[in-house]
This record gives sequence, C-alpha cells and structure tokens, in this order.
Amino acid sequence: MPTQRQHHWVALSTLLTREIRRFIRIWPQTLLPPAITMTLYFVIFGNLIGQRIGEMSGFAYIEYIAPGIIMMAVINNAYANVASSFFSAKFQNHIEELLIAPIPNHLILAGYVMGGVARGLLVGIIVTIVALFFTKLHVQHLFITLSMVILSAVLFSLGGFINAIYGKSFDQIAIIPTFILTPLTYLGGIFYSIDLLPEFWQQASLFNPILYMVNAFRYGILGVSDIPVGLAFGVIMLFIVGLASFALYLLNRGTGLRH
Amino acid sequence: MKALSIQQLSKVYDNGIKALDSIDLDVEQGDFFALLGPNGAGKSTTIGVITSLITKNSGQVTVFGHDLDTETELAKSHLGLVPQEFNFNGFEQVKAILITQAGYYGMPAHEGEPRADKLLHQLGLWEKRDTPSRALSGGMKRRLMIARALIHNPKLLILDEPTAGVDIELRRSMWGFLQDINDQGTTIILTTHYLEEAENLCRNIAIIDQGNIVENTDMKSLLNRLDKEVFILDLAEPLTTELKLDNMHIAKIGSSTLEVEIKKEQALNDLFTNLSEQGITVTSMKNKANRLEALFLSLVEKTVDK
Repeated sequence: MPTQRQHHWVALSTLLTREIRRFIRIWPQTLLPPAITMTLYFVIFGNLIGQRIGEMSGFAYIEYIAPGIIMMAVINNAYANVASSFFSAKFQNHIEELLIAPIPNHLILAGYVMGGVARGLLVGIIVTIVALFFTKLHVQHLFITLSMVILSAVLFSLGGFINAIYGKSFDQIAIIPTFILTPLTYLGGIFYSIDLLPEFWQQASLFNPILYMVNAFRYGILGVSDIPVGLAFGVIMLFIVGLASFALYLLNRGTGLRH
Repeated sequence: MKALSIQQLSKVYDNGIKALDSIDLDVEQGDFFALLGPNGAGKSTTIGVITSLITKNSGQVTVFGHDLDTETELAKSHLGLVPQEFNFNGFEQVKAILITQAGYYGMPAHEGEPRADKLLHQLGLWEKRDTPSRALSGGMKRRLMIARALIHNPKLLILDEPTAGVDIELRRSMWGFLQDINDQGTTIILTTHYLEEAENLCRNIAIIDQGNIVENTDMKSLLNRLDKEVFILDLAEPLTTELKLDNMHIAKIGSSTLEVEIKKEQALNDLFTNLSEQGITVTSMKNKANRLEALFLSLVEKTVDK
C-alpha cells in the first residue's frame, strides 16, 4: 500500500515531467529564441560595441557582460515558463485536472516552480555554450554560481506563477515582463557596473533585485561584484520566502481559480 | 455507507446570486443517482463544491465518510469527475492525458499505463491514443473525459451532463458502459437534461431548483405519482366514423393517429377492448412525453409559483 509520501512524490514528479515535456515539445518557442537573441547580444554589445568600450572592472567588456546575459536568459525563461504554462492551464480549464486531484497546494506550486527552474537552467546552459563561442568563462566560485542561478530561477518562477494567477488574458501575462521585468533587467547591471552611475542612481539601483542576482552570479564566474555577495543571497532568499508565501496564500484562497 | 453526504450547503457568488440555499443530500454507496434541475438551478454549483472547484460559504460535504475540509486528500481520492465542458490540454496526446491524470492520483506510470490502455480499449479510443486531444471529435472528447475520470478507479463518479451534444447511438453505448461500471460497484451521480436518460439509468433522484432540493426520492415512487398518462396510437386504417370511448379523453391528431389520455386507475385493457369492439386495429403505441419530464415540469413549476 503506497504511503501518502509516495503518492505526493509521484504527483510532483508527474507535474514536473509534464512541464518539462511541454517546453521541450514547443522548443522553437522556448529554447531556440533565447539562443538567437543572446547570440545577437554577444555579437552587437560584446564584439562590435564592446571592442570600443574597452575594459570594465578589469575584464574585457564581452567577458564582463557574459554572466549578466546568461542570468537574463535564465530569469526571463523561468518567469515565462510558469506564467504561460499556468495561465494556459487556466485558460483551457485543464487546471481543473490538478484542482480536483488529491494534491496539496504546496506541491502544485513546487511542481510549476521546478518546471520553470528546469527551463531556466536548460536555457542557461544553451546560452553559456553560445557565450563560449565569443569569450572565455572561468568559473571562480562554482557553488555561488550554481546556487545563485538556481535561486534566481526559483524567484522568477514564483513571480511568473503569481502573474498567471492574477492574469485574466494573455495581454495581462505580457504586461509584467514588458513593463516591469525588462526595464529592471536592463537597469540591473548586466551591461555596466553601477560604479559608473551618479550617486543617486547607484542608490536607486539597490532597490532592484535583479542587480543582486546579476552581481552575485558575476562574482561566481569572474570574482567581481558591485554588491556584497552575502547581502545578495540574503535579499534573494527574502524575496523567495515572501513570494512563495504569497503564492501559496493565493492558491489556498483559490484566487483566480475557484469561484 | 453513504458515498456522499451534503449538509446545510450554501453558496452565494460574489455577484450576490444565491446558488445553493442550505441544501441536504445523501447518496448511498452503489447508487445510480440523478440530480436534475433547470438551467441555473444549482446542479453545477453543487458538483463544483463537491469536487473542490467552487468554494462553499457554509455547510459540510463528506465523501465516503471523509470530510472535504479536514480530510481533503482522502475525500478527493475517491472522486472522479466528468465535467460539462471539455477541459483538457488540447495539445497533449490522449494517452498522455490519462497517464498524467493517474500520476496526479499517485499512480506511477507503470500502473497508470495498463489502466489507461484498458480504458482506451473499453471506450473505443485505442486508435486515437497518440492523437492530440484537440483533434478528437466531440463524442470522442466526451469518452476521453470519462476515461480520465475513471483512471484512478474512483468509488464515486460524478457526471455533469455527460451526453450533451452526443448522437443517439453513442449516447446509448455510453449508457451501457455507465451501467456496467455501476454494476461493478462504482457509485454514480448524474446530471442531465435528457430526462429519458435519468429515467432509464437512475434508481434515485433529487430535483434542485433555485438553489433548493424540491424533491428527493426513488425513481419508482416518483413515477408512481403520475395520475395520468398520454399515449399516441397508430391505427391500421384511417378512421372513418366518430369514435367514442367511455371515461377516456381522446383526440384525433391525424387520419390514422389518436391521442388518448388514461388516468392512473384506468386499465389499458379497457382501451383496447373498446377499440376492438369498434373494429379498430392498433399497430403501435407510445408515450406522448417522457413520464419523468411531466413530473419534472410540474415540480419546477410549483417552485416558480411559490
């Protein structure tokens, strides 16, 4: 007789498998575009413009921006995967398959977040391979690099989940990435060190969570960061706990799911 | 044992509509139970609350003795739902949908796959097992929803208008299938607009209207309440003379077709004897309307009058 724990494990792995199968089935929409977009970033910002910019924090410009570009791809894809998958499930009503099943809400959340992390990491690997065609990457701190990329993917998967819970149309799913995520990403120190900014904008940048992720990840690969790495981990953990609690609260309440 | 017990269940939607007004309902294990009512009566809300898709305002729901609020997972594990609207991922393949659903109920793939294969064969979907669900016909989608609801061997199967938009042949084969699984011990609750379906399949019935249970009894007792029935008779030859039948209301609705109203205390034998004496041969006879339909309308009309 299977135990409740075994039931939960089967349910969670089923949900994760379905999520992975989904983004692999539609790979021209999920895996190919980041490879092309990031290649263009490396060609234009890294090679063409980067050669004129020279060094940044003691590294060739293309080498300096590579970690940020990889991180950008990871967080965008983690977010997009959960937002689109969960919203589609709501839109087509097949979320009901999950809601009627004996699966606790925290496992539903975990399954979707793990699916987002899986896509984020796979895209991260693809973009890293692309980056190696343009520059060298010698990882300085492997544990920090891996833990930061995973935590960032978790955080943005949670963001995508909350967006999908509130979303009532595909337009609303696109609003957050377009008007909030993209500006925060570009202002998150991917392409520059915040030391280059005036004092006011340096302080303002500290309110951008993406700055912490990009810098901690850059520290893991290059060994340089604008932010203390411990602080970066603390901020990200705080956001993860906050967003996970809120997402679970919304699920338990049935917001956007149950009448 | 009660398969389902609902007590004092109420639901008011955010827009103020009172969908359920403190209803009580019990369904015994092994029953084939009909939940009938006009559109907007509260049938789907009741099913939504039982299956956790709708949150209740108050009341208690237990499934095979497990409280839906406090023993949620156990209660849910006994339930299978065939919803009114198609609700599967249109891009997923038929067999994958079943195996995934089995996994949600804790059945690993090595258990879910043979179960899925069996159901696909039973419901005539085997040839379509690798087809994305969006490419199925309407009837096949209905059968897929039944297969999905049965994948985890639920003890209580709830079908919300399962034969809506299904052709007669398929509807009859689905009736046979549902009767078989009921015979094997699965309790079934059915909502339908086809009253003939409820009359043929179900042993007990509840009628819900405007959020209240207006009738809850066994089908036989309900049908016994009919005080009269109307029959249509087809005659061998057109009528040429005036027809007279004692104590029976009769109307000619065609040259060789009659409509006869017979009271409960009157015998059909009297009718045929009478017709025979007048040299009239009857070739066929049928009920004018479904018997349950007449009762259903009278019960629902009563609540409107209130």
